[in-house]
Amino acid sequence: MTHRQAIIIGGGPAGLAAALRLKERGVDDILILEREHRLGGILRQCIHDGFGLTRFGESLSGPEYAQRFIDRVEAAGIEAITDCTVLDITPDKTVTAVSRVHGFMQLEADAVILTMGCRERTRGALATPGTRPAGIYTAGVAQSYINLQNIMVGREAVILGSGDIGLIMARRMTLEGAHVKGVYEVQPYPSGLPRNIEQCLNDYDIPLHLSHTVVEIRGRERLTSVVVARCDGRFRPIPGTEEEIPCDTLILSVGLIPENELSLAARVELDPRTRGAFVDEHLQTGVPGIFAAGNVLHVHDLVDFVSLEAEALADSAAEYLKGGGLPACGLEVKAGANVGHVIPQKISGTRDFTLSLRVRSPLKDVRLTVRQGDNTVLSKKLRKALPAEMLQLAIRAEKLSRDADVEVSVE
Amino acid sequence: MRNYDIIIIGGGVVGSAIARELTRFRLSVAVLEREGDVCTQTSGRNTGMLHAGFLYKPGSLKAECCVEGNREFDRVARELDVPFKRTGKLIVGFTEAHRRRLEYFIERGRTNGVEGMELIDRARMDEIDPSAGGNFAIYCPTSGILDPFIYTVALAENAVRNGARYHLYTEVTGHEKQDDGTHVLHTLGKGDFACRWVINSAGLRSAKVSEMLGIPGHVLQPVKGEYFVLDKKAGAFARIPVYPAPTDRFTFDTHATPTVDGNVLVGPNSVNVDDGEDYGVSQAGMDGLQESGERMFRHMKREYYIRTFAGARPKRVDPATGEIQDFLIETRDDVPGVVNLVGIESPGLTSALPIARRVVKLLKERERLEVKADFNPVRKGIVRFSDKSREEQARLVAENPGYGEIICRCETVTRAEILAAIHNPLGVNTVNGIKVRTRASMGRCQGGYCETRITAMIREELGVAIDAVELGPKGSRMFTGTVKGGAGA
Repeated sequence: MTHRQAIIIGGGPAGLAAALRLKERGVDDILILEREHRLGGILRQCIHDGFGLTRFGESLSGPEYAQRFIDRVEAAGIEAITDCTVLDITPDKTVTAVSRVHGFMQLEADAVILTMGCRERTRGALATPGTRPAGIYTAGVAQSYINLQNIMVGREAVILGSGDIGLIMARRMTLEGAHVKGVYEVQPYPSGLPRNIEQCLNDYDIPLHLSHTVVEIRGRERLTSVVVARCDGRFRPIPGTEEEIPCDTLILSVGLIPENELSLAARVELDPRTRGAFVDEHLQTGVPGIFAAGNVLHVHDLVDFVSLEAEALADSAAEYLKGGGLPACGLEVKAGANVGHVIPQKISGTRDFTLSLRVRSPLKDVRLTVRQGDNTVLSKKLRKALPAEMLQLAIRAEKLSRDADVEVSVE
Repeated sequence: MRNYDIIIIGGGVVGSAIARELTRFRLSVAVLEREGDVCTQTSGRNTGMLHAGFLYKPGSLKAECCVEGNREFDRVARELDVPFKRTGKLIVGFTEAHRRRLEYFIERGRTNGVEGMELIDRARMDEIDPSAGGNFAIYCPTSGILDPFIYTVALAENAVRNGARYHLYTEVTGHEKQDDGTHVLHTLGKGDFACRWVINSAGLRSAKVSEMLGIPGHVLQPVKGEYFVLDKKAGAFARIPVYPAPTDRFTFDTHATPTVDGNVLVGPNSVNVDDGEDYGVSQAGMDGLQESGERMFRHMKREYYIRTFAGARPKRVDPATGEIQDFLIETRDDVPGVVNLVGIESPGLTSALPIARRVVKLLKERERLEVKADFNPVRKGIVRFSDKSREEQARLVAENPGYGEIICRCETVTRAEILAAIHNPLGVNTVNGIKVRTRASMGRCQGGYCETRITAMIREELGVAIDAVELGPKGSRMFTGTVKGGAGA
């Protein structure tokens, strides 16, 4: 069986950034396995701009952002096999994959880097009532048809959910001559970024209806209409508020789910809040030598942070591969008041780390506090905190002790 | 005008079984199917259950055909390469009234010739399947689960292999009888068809077709049932179909059934409807399924939902009393050249071949059928990569690189399989047609990854125009054209 130092599963932004940093840290035997024909992951179909503002200080399209990494991966001579799907990862880090060109492969790795990204929540998972006609697409599928295949999916569209891809697609379809009749969001606040609400909806006079959902899908062959209704505080439709909206297309932007089927095969334990792995400050999962970063770990809103997280992962993975051993992480990081989830969930108390979190609901004029026992590690005033915007904070080792769990709260 | 000895109206599981059984003889046989594929209606919208036969009135066609179909199915599944497991079944009870009803059905099963049924206690139930609800149960070892899509497709493909013709998108709209006894069937846009025998196997429309052929008076009551499909993660907990004790009307409420592929179906409910072909699901229906499903299956959770669907059973009812009646398989002297099948509903999947043999028998009473020596009962399906061991997978990829390209990530369906499905013997070219033949897009991402690839392959392989790619039903166009100034890539 072929043996590799590091195998990276997925050649999207996280995988590419991890590969480059591993190489910089002196790890030479790296293999990227990518199931698509080209590297770049989901960025390939994200032809809008706004990528790279943090990292490069300029606004790039998705393919441009990806290409900067792809060029450097190629220049560094890092091996990548595309058109290659991983079928299985075992806890002892044997990777089984197939490709048209390379056939059936079984590879052993010292470290496995999970960077598989995420997938979209579907109509079936929502269990939206009604028929099952043609014309219902998740936002990412519609984006793939329109941007990668030049195929138009419909003319009169309703968008359910205000996730960022849905907002982007509202604008994209409008630019292609479709009539986007409205965006309906079940929560009382948008799930996408404020800048996307402004640039994708407001600039095109597309109405956003908060606390609304689709309660019925109609049409036998092609979609003919959807029925929308206002929802109460528990997301239940309010009888009597139904309105039928004729349309031939329903775009769903109702959530992203980290794609962790392979992680589960490797017996990596998942956090039900993020639906990604439980990781420590090294971004190492519960299985030694298996690391995770990017959208497979927790769904990000900006690719710049995906790249950063993958680089932090690579720093730890390189250290792991050099055999020095990573400090044990026995302290728990707990999500306290108003905090939906935290990454990492475990730390050692001896090192700097980046804390990522999301709040559960929109908040104004609050204080974010990181406590360890009676000790306040960090306290920061926030003018606003939105579930749509991930918060990231650098935590300094010198502020930490090694003997108490950490709790993060926003109130 | 196309001319056949025998024309079957309706290419569901029963129509296809009849077509297949008739190709054993020197006859020209055609199936006229309104939809673009077989198994789009009742045949594909059910639990996929091989029933044992204890539920039906002794001496009825339902009882006879079901028991006969159950007994032979191991051989049928082998012959036709149909995914099938003889899982057995639990019919669970909670109350003393349930216990009495279960005892009654054990007795009825014995009368009908169902073997091995026994009443078991909770401890035995826990050995068989701890996920099952209930305090006691009937254990019926002969029940099983099969893939209803593949079974219907297999019967149709085997019929075609043996000389039958399938005319898809061919809806029969009228019927005339010529002086020499020839039947002429008018169709919507596909011209006229002539034949000596017409077989009505039109399922939900069988009463209408019966009337059109000159046999009025049959009444169908469509009974709609809604279902949840659960993720294979839930399927890991489900070992055996779990049904509740039959109702006092001798029907089953919501049950939880593992599918032969490892998912779980929770359903159906039962609602009398006017339009049996309205397959919409309702919020109330799904709320009810969630509640009743939890009683049968302890892992009925929202996080496992991957899809909903509905189907309808065309029940033949007594027009005066509304009472549900047996399958009807009839020929009439005053309407020669017609075999009329009305009210074929559950257990129609189990009974399809026995029903077909009864149709053959009726024909044999009217004319001599000459056996065809070269009839081949064997049909091979598409080789499924995901079912194979790692060693076999390696061999498949080495032989055909198409097995090295995964198109559907959730169900691990390869390019080679999709290609085989696209070039299927029936000439089906819809996205759903590929789905039911390969399972591509049936997994938890519901086509999020593979659908764009499959539609591209349909366009490339079959030369289908962008705006002609269809999801399933006729007219279910997926795309409206290209982007501005763009040619489709």
